[in-house]
Amino acid sequence: MSATATLRGEFTKGFLKENPVFALLLGLCPTLAVTTSSINGLGMGLATMAVLLGSNLVISVIKNLIPDKVRIPCYIVIIATFVTIIDLSMGAYLPELHEALGIFIPLIVVNCLVLGRAEAFASRNSAFSSLVDAVSMGIGFTLALTVLGAVREVLGFGTLFGSQIIPEAFPGISVFILPPGAFLALGFMVAAARVLTARLEKAAKSRQGFITAAEAAAAAAAANKETQGAEA
Amino acid sequence: MNYFVIFLGAMLVNNIVLVQFLGICPFLGVSSRISTAIGMGLAVMFVMTIATIAAYLIQVFLLVPLSLEFLQTVAFILVIASLVQLVDIVMKKVSPPLHRALGVFLPLITTNCAILGVALLIMNREYNLAESIVFAIASALGFALALFIFAGLREQLELYDVPKAMQGAPIALVTAGLLALAFMGFAGLA
Repeated sequence: MSATATLRGEFTKGFLKENPVFALLLGLCPTLAVTTSSINGLGMGLATMAVLLGSNLVISVIKNLIPDKVRIPCYIVIIATFVTIIDLSMGAYLPELHEALGIFIPLIVVNCLVLGRAEAFASRNSAFSSLVDAVSMGIGFTLALTVLGAVREVLGFGTLFGSQIIPEAFPGISVFILPPGAFLALGFMVAAARVLTARLEKAAKSRQGFITAAEAAAAAAAANKETQGAEA
Repeated sequence: MNYFVIFLGAMLVNNIVLVQFLGICPFLGVSSRISTAIGMGLAVMFVMTIATIAAYLIQVFLLVPLSLEFLQTVAFILVIASLVQLVDIVMKKVSPPLHRALGVFLPLITTNCAILGVALLIMNREYNLAESIVFAIASALGFALALFIFAGLREQLELYDVPKAMQGAPIALVTAGLLALAFMGFAGLA
């Protein structure tokens, strides 16, 4: 039971509790720069996730072959290889998105999220749990970028994934598309994510407390019955 | 005149942190004290200038003649990482006081996307060597300026009563947003 529980914990931790953007504040440069629309956010998130999957898998497989002293340069070379693969494939198959994301695709190399997971997780865990970790963190990152991109796009242009959802009669708040809007929107979203995490934890704790109280009552009742039985 | 336009553009109008979003991690990470902000700013200026020259030479004399441009990312990041190590060692030997002041920031600079970002931007814009150096110095100055102002704001911010959910990173991000708004006033200058 505990093995599946930890696996599920590994998988869901990246969504909110250890979300790379909202909770850990990693990889903020692409987060702020490319989220002028939800499509760009989604594309950047998926590209980073692909790199993360590859680098986490390779590093966890060859972790015992890498000398400890040169491990960071080795990780960087592995990550850079995957970034180059993604960069060239996106240029070939998704030229428009590649153009929109610009230098932030090659800059995935220095995304602290990717290097951070390599150092903190993949270098210590098995290939399978490293993959689970990469999927979890990748989904969390993609989610954060898409939501931030959606918020900025709706407020700035009145569109979502390119389709008009706020009537054109209401002009957009163009500052949300401009650089300052990225900082403002992300600041408020980090605060919102914190409040949400705290609420969820509180709810989980009170539910747990309820269960233990019920168990204690049942145990007490059983004990009571036993003593009664003994008395009889 | 051209150099002046590049200089102003890189430092103020397209500020590397507040408009281009490069180097946000050190911008948020080491900006709680003005003194550390100055140290980090100087270290970045030093490394960025040298790294840009090295990246430029590698691009022009190694990657392009051998038509290995697709190895750009790998080559640049390796050069920057080894250059930071080299600067660290040389500085320790040649100027211990400077190393004491800037040494702690050097390892952090390897993963500073501003360094790699500036090298890539220069290649995209096809600057010549002199223009590249001007661009690198101006970008680094812009980074140091933004970091310095932001550290000053954050020192003041500690005295205010911020709502609990906004404490720390969120209020820092909102402050950075207002600072970016102020920097937008430079638009049209160059």
